[in-house]
Amino acid sequence: MRDWPQRLQKHYRRWQWYRRGRLVSEWPDYLAARHNNCGDERLSRYFGAGTFDPRTPMEEVPLVALDFETTGLDPGRHSIVSVGIQPFSMRRIPVAQGYYRVVRPRRALSSSSVVHHRLTHSALAEAPRFDEVIGEVLERLAGRLVVVHYTRIEREFLDAAARHYLGEPLLFPLIDTMAIEAYLHRRPAWYQRLRGRRPASLRLHPSRERYGLPAYQAHHALTDALATAELLQAQMAWHYDPDTPVGALWE
Amino acid sequence: MDIEQLEIRQHMGHFAPFEYLGDEQLDRVAGAVEVGYYRAGSDILALDQEINELCYIRSGAVEVSRRGGQLFDRLVEGDVFGASDLMRNRRVRFPVRALEDSLIYFVPAELFEALRGENDDFADFVETGGVRLKATVDQHQHDNRTGTTRVRRLIRRRPVMVDADTPMREVARRMRDENVTCVLVIDNGGDHDTDNSPCHFATDDGVVHRLDGIVTDRDCCTRVLADDLDGTVPVAKVMTTQLVTARSEESVHEAMLAMLNHNIKHLPILHKRRPIGVLHLGDIMRHETRSSLYLVNTIFNQPGLAGLIRLSGDVTAAFTRLVDEGADATMVGCTMAAICKSFARRLLELGEAELGPPPVPYSFMVLGSTARDEQTVFADQDHAMVLDDSFDPEQHDAYFLALARFVSDGLAACGYPLCKGDVMATNRRWRQPLSVWQRYFRDWIEDPDPESLLNSAIFFDLGHVHGEAHRIEALQALIVELAPRNPRFLAAMARNALNRTPPIGLFRTFILEKDGQQNDAINLKRRGTAPLVDLVRVHALACGSSSSSTLRRLEDIARTQLLPEGVNDRLRYAFEYISMVRIRHQALAIEQGEEADNRLRPANVSSRERHHLKDAFEVLSHAQKFLKFRYPMPSSSGRRR
Repeated sequence: MRDWPQRLQKHYRRWQWYRRGRLVSEWPDYLAARHNNCGDERLSRYFGAGTFDPRTPMEEVPLVALDFETTGLDPGRHSIVSVGIQPFSMRRIPVAQGYYRVVRPRRALSSSSVVHHRLTHSALAEAPRFDEVIGEVLERLAGRLVVVHYTRIEREFLDAAARHYLGEPLLFPLIDTMAIEAYLHRRPAWYQRLRGRRPASLRLHPSRERYGLPAYQAHHALTDALATAELLQAQMAWHYDPDTPVGALWE
Repeated sequence: MDIEQLEIRQHMGHFAPFEYLGDEQLDRVAGAVEVGYYRAGSDILALDQEINELCYIRSGAVEVSRRGGQLFDRLVEGDVFGASDLMRNRRVRFPVRALEDSLIYFVPAELFEALRGENDDFADFVETGGVRLKATVDQHQHDNRTGTTRVRRLIRRRPVMVDADTPMREVARRMRDENVTCVLVIDNGGDHDTDNSPCHFATDDGVVHRLDGIVTDRDCCTRVLADDLDGTVPVAKVMTTQLVTARSEESVHEAMLAMLNHNIKHLPILHKRRPIGVLHLGDIMRHETRSSLYLVNTIFNQPGLAGLIRLSGDVTAAFTRLVDEGADATMVGCTMAAICKSFARRLLELGEAELGPPPVPYSFMVLGSTARDEQTVFADQDHAMVLDDSFDPEQHDAYFLALARFVSDGLAACGYPLCKGDVMATNRRWRQPLSVWQRYFRDWIEDPDPESLLNSAIFFDLGHVHGEAHRIEALQALIVELAPRNPRFLAAMARNALNRTPPIGLFRTFILEKDGQQNDAINLKRRGTAPLVDLVRVHALACGSSSSSTLRRLEDIARTQLLPEGVNDRLRYAFEYISMVRIRHQALAIEQGEEADNRLRPANVSSRERHHLKDAFEVLSHAQKFLKFRYPMPSSSGRRR
């Protein structure tokens, strides 16, 4: 951290203060260790692709937006029903490289979640199980830094699925566009409360609105992945230099 | 599996040139775009950089400049840029900067070239882009292109779909909550043997549904309420099963025919057998009348003055757009007058809402060019109030003065300058009961005095705007009744119509006057359209025409023997031509960021135009000579009454 440019020092510290206690620069070591003692070949290949030096400028990092639709919010009880993956860079989002799969959940669907993402029982009954597509998914994530909106869903559901099907945990660095929004909008919460203002909504679509991004139909994993990628581009354009080190943003 | 981005496809399918593409072509575009976000103020294309993509604005706005940095154009959502550079040498000639936060879709050059080769409409659009670029929004260019516009462009939202066993009560609630007038009924799963029957479709998650039927709000009335059914009856019992549908790539025209042939108002639109929306007959009508009614609609939706003032910026845009699209003088005049009248009408509604209902009935009329439907961008406001005869100045005038002030201040704030001659309802003289107005007209016509008529000629062009029309019609009837019988009045009007004369023509950079003098600019209104309007008005009054627009007056005159053979047509031609030059001159001034005026400098006129103008002035000049001869001042014996 000492060899960071002066003007970023303050920023970096504030960032750390905001999410103190989280893993930051141990990521490269962690991934390397997992690569060496990993039982599953697919996981091992993924970890082998490694990650980036925390000092790499954002504009040079290949990114990939990841979105799951799930049957609920609890990774212990609910499971993934669809996966959307959209590779991109700070400059462009090539839509042609988008990836979308419906997967069969481990447990039955509740009827309320059917309404939510319009995936019905019969569609899911014919879909592959998550462990049949996890190889494809990991291949698309390898060598890229994953971007999500709200870390908990994607990280914990993916981890839970990996533990269930592969018997091993699956953790990797993430950029969370929601955390970035929270950092920008929620920090002076006491001040906002003082002035009687409601804190800004951090959900994906209200966040996009603040950057003039169009409203998309929500709850389709690939559309939401695209929406997340666009949101990160917008956040970077507004709040960060293109050479901001990746370590300042990942979790 | 199909992983096309529906969001992208749907948006692009609404805008030219992508709206001309077939479904398969559009799929290719939507699958190949790259997306980029640009913060307001950042460069999208820099001068001389290499360009390998056609750029499409998904949201936001951009500014296109010339090489030297002057503004060339502003583009908004749905517009494309970069096409001309792509076709030339793939170097950016017109740099582009984001004016607002913008999301841009980039279409690769190879695909762009392929589409140009495959689709003539697409090619036409991008190849004539130089001209089209001038119109900021392309939408209005396709008014009369119902034949080629694809039906998916009119779809505004996804259809509301319900399962066949949903109770009608639930369906009615969905209609209310989603603000739609119909829902589609689908059956989940079903038997897969019939997968290929036309009413089966798969959603993007691979589920097969069957489109069973449609239920409209009218069905709720005629098949539920009228049949004494209650809200628990399943929708399947009520729906229409013999579905008439259209494919999204069919033309609007075809869709319209389908609706007319089957006498239906709702037409489900399918893309690859999947319903993507429901077209309502009203959508087609809105599409057809868009350019003239769009702005007017918006005017009537404004909840307050601030909204109207904001809209006034669109008026100039609508004007230049009309001119750009090659509308003739009549269309431009009608549209601009309709917009002005709508502003007045909305202001009166707002005024009444603020001040309370009027104490006695009244009518509000516009005068002059607005009444004649010959308005250019922002004409001076000329209006008056005709009140009910029960009007009592003591009690009621304060209300009407306040209302008149509200309207005239509002119009002024929207860009219509106050009338310099004070012909406005705020002037007590022009805010009178019908009986007083009738006296005014009697005085003007039966006891004419050229001096006073000079200022009241404007009252002979009147049009109803708000309140009951019958008072205005009574005044028009009075004019038609009295004017033809009063040669002295006609003579006085004719004399006034000769006050302003046209020049001989334009010569190089000068205006050639009859006395040999040379001016370097000509006021096209004072020396061209206005004397023509005056002249035609005299003939129209003489033949008892009740029309107020000059061209319609000429039609009325043509039915009489008033004018020699052929003169009528020549007058019409002259009027349209001079009006058009004037309108184009103003549009050009606006586009260059100058004040729109009526002063034309011959230096800016092409030699062909110069010729035509000279002809038009000659027609006017001859007609004026004829007017003098046709309506002589009667000898004193004519004063007997």
